Amino acid sequence: MFGKLTLDAFVHGPIETVAQLTVVFGALAIVGLLFYLKRWGWLWREWLTTVDHKKIGVMYLALSFVMLTRGAVDAFLMRAQQAIAAGQPGYLPPDHYAQIFTAHGIIMIFFVAMPFMFGLLNYIVPLQIGSRDVAYPFLNSMSFWLTVAGAVLINLSLVAGEFAATGWLAYPPLSELEFSPGVGVDYYIWALQIAGIGTLLSGINFLVTIVKMRAPGMTLMRMPVFVWTVLGSMLLVIFAFPILTATLGLLSLDRLLGMHFFTTDLGGSAMMYVNLIWAWGHPEVYILILPAFGIFSEIVPVFSQKKLFGYTSMVVATILIVFLSFVVWVHHFFTMGASANVNAFFGIMTMVIAIPTGVKVFNWLFTMFRGRIIFATPMLWFMGFLTTFILGGMTGVLMAIPGADFQLHNSLFLVAHFHNMIIGGVLFGFFAGFVYWFPKVTGFMLNERLGKYAFWSWLIGFLFAFIPLYALGLMGMTRRLSQVDPLFQPLLIVAAFGACIIALGMFFQVLQVVVSFRQRKKHIAGSDPWNGRTLEWSTSSPPPHYNFASVPVVHGRDAFWMMKQEGAQSSAHKEITIPKNTSLGLVVAALALVFGFSIVWHIWWLVLCTAVAVVVVLIARSFDEATEYTTTSS
Amino acid sequence: MISDHSKDKVVFGFWVYLMSDCVLFAGLFATYAVLQGATFGAATLEELVSLPFVFVETLLLLTSSFTVGLALLAAHHRKKIWTLVGLGVTLLLGLAFLAMEASEFMHLVAEGNGPNASAFLSAFFTLLGTHGVHVALGALWMLILMAHVLLKGLTTGTVRKLVLLSLFWHFLDIIWIFIFTFVYLLGALALV
Repeated sequence: MFGKLTLDAFVHGPIETVAQLTVVFGALAIVGLLFYLKRWGWLWREWLTTVDHKKIGVMYLALSFVMLTRGAVDAFLMRAQQAIAAGQPGYLPPDHYAQIFTAHGIIMIFFVAMPFMFGLLNYIVPLQIGSRDVAYPFLNSMSFWLTVAGAVLINLSLVAGEFAATGWLAYPPLSELEFSPGVGVDYYIWALQIAGIGTLLSGINFLVTIVKMRAPGMTLMRMPVFVWTVLGSMLLVIFAFPILTATLGLLSLDRLLGMHFFTTDLGGSAMMYVNLIWAWGHPEVYILILPAFGIFSEIVPVFSQKKLFGYTSMVVATILIVFLSFVVWVHHFFTMGASANVNAFFGIMTMVIAIPTGVKVFNWLFTMFRGRIIFATPMLWFMGFLTTFILGGMTGVLMAIPGADFQLHNSLFLVAHFHNMIIGGVLFGFFAGFVYWFPKVTGFMLNERLGKYAFWSWLIGFLFAFIPLYALGLMGMTRRLSQVDPLFQPLLIVAAFGACIIALGMFFQVLQVVVSFRQRKKHIAGSDPWNGRTLEWSTSSPPPHYNFASVPVVHGRDAFWMMKQEGAQSSAHKEITIPKNTSLGLVVAALALVFGFSIVWHIWWLVLCTAVAVVVVLIARSFDEATEYTTTSS
Repeated sequence: MISDHSKDKVVFGFWVYLMSDCVLFAGLFATYAVLQGATFGAATLEELVSLPFVFVETLLLLTSSFTVGLALLAAHHRKKIWTLVGLGVTLLLGLAFLAMEASEFMHLVAEGNGPNASAFLSAFFTLLGTHGVHVALGALWMLILMAHVLLKGLTTGTVRKLVLLSLFWHFLDIIWIFIFTFVYLLGALALV
């Protein structure tokens, strides 16, 4: 009846039980609170069934912040373990430690960075291109809920069963049934498959939105650079995510049907998996960083009070990065044993990527040059990014040399490098975007002082937490160790101290939002608080449901800046067609969640029922013609 | 007619989806290419496949691509009966293809050459099976669109849905041509 699922699956050790109870009681508390406040109807009408890209964007951000908390707890657990486990077992058993670093990696990439990115671009891209919505609003809602379903599935692994203990990319043969017989890898596969399909659909949606739905007059070369970078990022999603789907599909065929793609016997090839997963994995890194570059390309001109330096070269650099990101994947495993020439090719291509990236850095610097720079928090995040990102970039070029990489491979040097890029690059970029666009989303300003405290805590904490890891890597410490040599302990304690300062930074961020919310009446933002240059600042904060009363007409780059120079236009009252709310996105995702859970536990009748139900729901939707309604602007 | 579709964001988006599906198949083709020699003592393709059988499969699918084109032409001229006839013939051809593929698979499994026998056979079954699942979903979709045409007639909405379906169907045909060439022809002739 319930496949492999028995009561034993719910029994855990003491530390896991705390996590389990936190998830269960956390969920119950939220449900109870909603009943107590009588907010279910409101939640259903305004949020759960919405197809408005702005609300979906806000929900993506909420998902990202919830999962950031989970991923950060994982990080703190690991830092604490490594700081104390010098020559002794510490407080986490090795298997649990392995589950934690796997979950940390996958959560931070898939359920923090990706939703953060999709949240920002959901909210901003249609506004910046002067559109009323995305190309397919229903699909947008479904994509979001599929991402949520993946996130829920990953958290369910805390309640029933276990998570993968394989590392964040689940390399076989370790992730094969022979060596990972539990349900952990299956949770991993299906959480990613479900969220990955959501991501792919979003990628298609935003590509079409940008290509087909720009306001009249907005030619490609008049698009804001953020839109360009999102276009590049979505192209990468479309060409990279199917590879992930295929790869995880093959791994699950190995595990479910006993096939031999990546097994150690009957001709399987584990390195095939490693090649495939990185053919997705490397573009994935650029999927995340490109929009961050775009955010900085918006922020730097506004806070330098100049137009962006080198717009065309910025666009060309973005396109080059899109291409190059597909020809560097082997640098993740130079030690595979490919020939020297193959490694040389991928090493050189990796170094070549530094060129368009360098172009961007110089463009930002030249934009600041002779500008009247305003040192507001978005600009601080930019400058923090610039210093840390260049450091990380240089260590990346270092590891692009295959000979050096043979030494540094799988060491903490690598761990320091990619955290340098993901925190110092991606996360700082998204935080910059968050504080920059926050007034647009909410209508009030964030507290600057607390924002600056948060920034400095993050920057200093980041340096304390990760610079020691470079040194440890050079000293020979490999990654993913639950027990370490006492020789490494002093630097690991420094790293743990850094993590504490980062935690302080997160505390200031929460405090900043809370304090700003309480003082919102005093700090009303107005439509254009930063003296912005792009179209999102031309509409009210927060924007109306239909974004623009009359669709803006664009005459050049920095469209809103030009409008301000020429004087505002009057808007006429017009009829506006808007898609209706629908619960089907939520329904499909809920079914996908049950599908994923039952396939993890081999509950085959439920797998079949949910798969059929998804098809039926989508067929029913195809017969529904009345998916839009008409309103007038006020 | 054609230029209308090039402006249509749904048709454009569907093209983009097809490209992403193409990448999925590219991954499976690459896996097959790497693993085709990994027979590990089990049967090789040469020993397993009868080319005339596969040739009939190919003809069925190619003909169905032609008939779905005819159905679409009839739909553009708003000829409901001929649209339904075209779709019906296409559906039958598609189902015949699926039946042949299924019988081939069952035959292989019965002889002990199932997907578990070697990495090569895993890759073979997965590549062809994924294409087969696509054809099956396409057939289901065709059935539903026939219901649309019956119930609502050839409205702009239904015709656009038919355009998407025919794109999908042609796409599967192209994938099959690649399978026929790279898997069957090269494999059966033992050129690789």
